[in-house]
Order: sequence, then C-alpha cells, then structure tokens
Amino acid sequence: MDFTQTYFALFGLPATYALNREQLDSAYRELQNTVHPDRFAAQPDAEQRVAMQWATRANEAYRTLKHPVDRGVYLLQLQGIDALDAHNTQMAPAFLMQQMAWREAIDDARAARSVEALDTLIDELRLDHRRIETQLAELLDARQDFEGACEAVRQLRFMDKLIAEVGDVYEELEG
Amino acid sequence: MALLQISEPGMSTAPHQHRLAVGIDLGTTNSLVACVRSGLATILDDAEGHALLPSVVRYHADGAVEVGYPAQRAQSLDPHNTLISVKRFMGRGLSDIDDAGSLPYHFVDAPGMVQIKTIAGVKSPVEVSAEILRQLRARAEAALGGELVGAVITVPAYFDDAQRQATKDSAQLAGLNVLRLLNEPTAAAIAYGLDNASEGVYAVYDLGGGTFDISILKLSRGVFEVLATNGDSALGGDDFDQRVFCWMVEKGRFQPLSAGDMRLLLTKARDAKEALTEHFEVRVTAVLSTGEMMDATLTQTEFNAMTASLLSKTLTPTRKALRDAGLAVDEVKGVVMVGGSTRMPCVRQAVADFFKQTPLTNLDPDKVVALGAAMQADVLAGNRAGDDWLLLDVIPLSLGLETMGGLTEKVIPRNSTIPTARAQEFTTFKDGQTAMSVHVLQGERELAVDCRSLARFDLRGIPPMVAGAARIRVTFQVDADGLLSVSARELSTGVETSVQVKPAYGLADDDITRMLKEAFTHAKDDMYARALNEQVVDANGLIAATRAAVQEDGALLEPAEHGAIEASIAALENLLTQPDHQAIKRGIEALNTATTDFAQRRMDQNVRRAMAGQKLETFS
Repeated sequence: MDFTQTYFALFGLPATYALNREQLDSAYRELQNTVHPDRFAAQPDAEQRVAMQWATRANEAYRTLKHPVDRGVYLLQLQGIDALDAHNTQMAPAFLMQQMAWREAIDDARAARSVEALDTLIDELRLDHRRIETQLAELLDARQDFEGACEAVRQLRFMDKLIAEVGDVYEELEG
Repeated sequence: MALLQISEPGMSTAPHQHRLAVGIDLGTTNSLVACVRSGLATILDDAEGHALLPSVVRYHADGAVEVGYPAQRAQSLDPHNTLISVKRFMGRGLSDIDDAGSLPYHFVDAPGMVQIKTIAGVKSPVEVSAEILRQLRARAEAALGGELVGAVITVPAYFDDAQRQATKDSAQLAGLNVLRLLNEPTAAAIAYGLDNASEGVYAVYDLGGGTFDISILKLSRGVFEVLATNGDSALGGDDFDQRVFCWMVEKGRFQPLSAGDMRLLLTKARDAKEALTEHFEVRVTAVLSTGEMMDATLTQTEFNAMTASLLSKTLTPTRKALRDAGLAVDEVKGVVMVGGSTRMPCVRQAVADFFKQTPLTNLDPDKVVALGAAMQADVLAGNRAGDDWLLLDVIPLSLGLETMGGLTEKVIPRNSTIPTARAQEFTTFKDGQTAMSVHVLQGERELAVDCRSLARFDLRGIPPMVAGAARIRVTFQVDADGLLSVSARELSTGVETSVQVKPAYGLADDDITRMLKEAFTHAKDDMYARALNEQVVDANGLIAATRAAVQEDGALLEPAEHGAIEASIAALENLLTQPDHQAIKRGIEALNTATTDFAQRRMDQNVRRAMAGQKLETFS
C-alpha cells in the first residue's frame, strides 16, 4: 500500500473540490469489492491483515472525500495549509451576524416546541451550506484562493454545527 | 471421535472443497443454526424436528447441563438454576440490569460482567451462551456430517463493544471459529434483498425478545451499505410480557410472588401475548402455588394501550437513524420486519403508520436472521465464486476518550463504516508529567460517566517535558467484526510506548482457558486432541493457500524471498509430524510473518487491476 498516494488518486479522481459523486461511489465500491476483509475470510492471517489495512484506508478516503468540510480540509492540506488552524479564525462580519440570527431562530423553535419552524430552518441551513460549497469549489478549483478557501471551510464547519444543533432540538422535542 | 480423523489427508482444506460453515442466530429467547446446502439456505432442525432452540440453560448439581426445551419446561420448577434471556446480561454489569431485583437469579457482581450463582457454581453469561452455541454446533455437525470450519454469529446491530466481545468469547468457548460477527438486521437484509432487482434504500425493523434494532441500508449492484443504525439493546418482546405480567398481578391482587410463581405468570403472560396475535381477546387464568388465582379477559385494545409506550420507544431510534442517514421517510423504498415480536399486530400497525407503507413480512421473522447469516457464512468460507455480494456495515455507537473535566472526546463517530481507524493526539497538562491514563469510552453522551467504559490503561515512560510539549497519539482500530483495539504512542521524542488493550468486559485469555477446561471435563471431550486437530487443519490450510499464492503470483517474489517462504513451509510441515499444538501454532505464525510482504504486493496488484478497470469504465 502506497501511503503517499492521495485519496483522489486512490479512486482515480481528479484532485478538485468539485466532485462527481457517482464516480466516487462507484470507485469506492470497486475498491472495497477487491480489498474488503470478507473477501479474505478464508485466507491466511497475513492476507486478512492486509485486507483490513486496505479496507480501513478505503473507508477513510471515502469518508474524507464524501464530506464537504473534510474534502476541503484535505485539499488544503495537500497544499500544506491547515484550514482549521486555531490561530486562524478570521470570519466575515456578515457571516457572523447571520450565525447569530440562526442561533436565535433555533432557540425560538425550541421555546415554541415547533417542529415546523425547525423544518424551515433546516431547509434554509442546507441551502446555504450548498451555496458555500459552490463558492468553495470556485475558490479552490478555479481561483486557487487558498486563504478564501480556508474561510469557506470554516464557515461550512459552523454550518455543520448548527445543523447538528437543530438535530439535537428535534430529538429533544420528539423525546 | 475427532482425533481419529485428523490424520486423514482429506481433512486439509483443498481450495475447491465445499467448506462447512454455518450461520447462528444467538437470540434472547430462541436460537437457530442454518447452512447453505445445494445453494439454498436452510434451517437445521434438531432430531425432533424443532427449528428453534429455546435460549434456556439449566444447571444441575452434578454439573450436567440441559439446553433448550427440557430446560424451558423446568423453568418454574427450578427457577434459580434455569437461566433464560441471558443475552441481556452479556457484557453488562449488575448496575446495568434495571430489573435485577425482580429476577429469580442470585447475581454476583463481578468486575466487568455480572455473574450468576447456580447449583453448579458461578456462571458467567459468556459460559451460559457457550452452552447454547455448543448445542447448535453439535446439531450442525450431526446434520452436515463433518466438522465446521467456522460460523457467522449474529449480534444486535446496537450491541456495544463489550457485548460483541462477550459474544465472540462465547463462541470461542464453544469451540467455534468465528468467521464474522454479523449485525442481525444486516443478516436479514441479505436473506430478503438478494434478488438483484431490489435496489434502493431499505429499513430493517428488528424487534426481538430482548433487543431492538433499526438499520437503514442502501442496496446497489450487490453492495449492501448500511447508512445508519440505531436501537435499544434492552427493549424487546420480554418487555411486552412484563406489561401483561403486571396486569395479571393486579387482576389477581397477588401478594409478593415466589420465583417459581413469577416464572409461571411470565410464561402465561407470554402465551396471552402470542394468542392476541390471532385473536381479538384471550382468557387468562393462573393458579399459584399459594392457592391464589386469577381469571380475567385481556382484549387487544387493552393490550395495545398497556404497550403503546414500548412502541414509541422503538420509533425514537428509528427517527434518529433516518436523520443520521440524511433521509426522509418517503425515501425509504421498503421496510423489512425481523424478530418474533414483529408478529404483534400493534407493532406492524405502528411501523406501517410511521413509514406510510405496508412492511414486508413474507419471510418468517424468527428465521430470517439465521438464513442471512448462513448465506454470509457461505461467502466467507469461500464456497461461492464470482457473484458474491458485499456488506459494508457500521459501528452503532461513537468511540472516544475521557478528557480533562470528565468530558468525552469522540474519536470515531457512530455510523462509521468498518473496518476503520482514527488517531487523536493529546498532550500533557503538567510539567514533567511521565504518565498518562487513557480511558476508552463508547456512547453519545457528553459526560464520560454517562458513556460505557470499555477500558482504562496507563501510558508510562513519557519523557519529562514542559506541559504541552509531549505528543501522544492514541489510535483506535475497529475491525470487520466491529471490535475495537486501542494503541497509544508518544511521538515527540521518538520514544515509542505502545499498549494494546482489549476492552475490560472481554475475558482474559486465562479465563477462556479455565472455562474451556471446565467445559471439557463435563463434555468428556479431549481438549488437547481438539486443539491439536484445529492447529493441524489450520496449518494444512495455510500451506495449501500459500502454495497456491506462490504458484499464481510467484513473479512478485525475489528468489531469496521465495526461498524464505519455502523454508517456512518446510519447517511447518516438519512440525506437523509431531503432536505439539503449541509448536504448530508458532510455525503457523512464522509462515504468516514470512508471507506478509508477499500478501501486501499481491493486494497492491489486485487493486491496480481492479482500479484500472474502473478508470476505463468511467472514461469510456
């Protein structure tokens, strides 16, 4: 196993943020079909161990490329940039204002015990998530604006946290 | 006797020989064993034609053990020594068992897992389960006329690491080679979904005797990908019985019950529940040993009312699983019903209402898990060629570590596809700190005390440095059985301290050895003969497989490497002339070590070939 090979190369994909999801899924399935430990359960230990290493790497690579934040972080890491560096927290004021507004909306929905309000909110959040993803693809693939890309990645992380918080409130209201 | 067969050359595992492998559903209430014969998965019945083996074990004073129907019949007569639903105690401490006070057992609060005092001594749930597995193994070997090369054993998808480890230990104790621990809903999905026409997202709703699982799977071109799983490992048909039992106690105005009467009423409660599947109402009568009696009618409406909260307890995990999968109810193409408890009309109705569609019930919900496990066992044993399906399963609960302030830091999130590995780096918080204690947790809660503690270990020998300078990397590896191993390493100075842990709930190898000895004393079997037999079969299999690999891919080896492998084969063959199972075991390990690089290169080659085809496909 060649650990210097990138996750993109592993699946025979171009190293871009824009992703052909069908191609990724199909390459992942092909790779797991070849390396999964279930294919080697009747084989000697040495082969079973190798299969576990490979399948583990295939899962890690697939998970990373599938996930909008992780894929961005990974591409920046290939450029030698730590997008989630704790010292780098710059964020556009407008985005921060929007964050606060959303957080208040979550609190309001919780107080009102309104599942409908949560439904509306989650749709909005997902829409904005996709908007930032498109932006990030532009920044990374076309403009190679890595600083801008770092900020977009951080914004996506914020959005993920908000979406997770909405999930918690759903659970609270259902329970 | 097994010993006589071991010198037969036919016992070696030639590549094209059909290998006997079974699927075992080790259930809370009932267990089954199944096998693929002539391409068809079939349940193996016992000599009397019973498919189910009640998961009941009775211990006698002389050490004799009864399993199944005879034990079940004795449960009211001998409640303290007749153990039922022991699956609920697997990998559990006494404090985990809510209703311990109302069960007729003498629990012993052992470290790690609870134990039960019987007339034949103190028994761990692992040993009790092993009795059930041993019975099933014997049934299978009698039906198939040979020794098993291995078994797929099913576990609830929501079982945590401790419960999985306990199950695997049981199998080892029963002399079974575990090909894989397989999640019950996934096994059911195989049995249901293998006609290739079924593509899309399916939900498997599995309500058994003592556990509830919900799994969301995507089926696509022969790949079963579990997207999310959730559940409750302490919710099942037993709880429905309990509700009826409480109703009976109320109706009969019974005084505190003896253990035998309690079992009597619980059995009657279960009969009433089952009768309500077919009838709108049922007359329930009971006469206790004290002469007290009850006689009342229970209607389906009353039953539904008293169990409604149990049903809603299954829908909360269902919602969570859908949310984790990022799917809405209307994206689910079909719902598969698994587990005897899904026979209850109220359960079917609740599931139909939730998913807005009629659930699939055309396979026997008691048998579908064992059948799927048998099909997977057939694949893992290497009996099929080419047209195999592939399972991509997940871990049900997040794995993490305790950090400062008693908080949980997640290392591997729930619903991660297995096998998987993740590393997390930590640092020291005091100047000159030379040791660090690592506490491994499983669960979703923020506070460490609210999660299940899997293991604690200390990493020592960290070179003294200022606070924050040391870098300690903790690596979690989860294998294809969903079992965790953890290692820790200090990186900053190049000093490596590595620790491998097995979760605290797992049995130490010494315990296994002791229990094996005890078991064999009663089984009148020869432990050494069996151990030797196993090693000889393994060694022959390994030699055959290595030769086949060298034949196929010898070009990947340098002459010196080829020579080293041949030498290891010759050494192992030499060891096989002596009846020393320990020496043979070492020889097997040596040959495995000698072929590690070769295995890597072969896999690299396989991947290159497979992915080259992939690229051609995508660009054409």
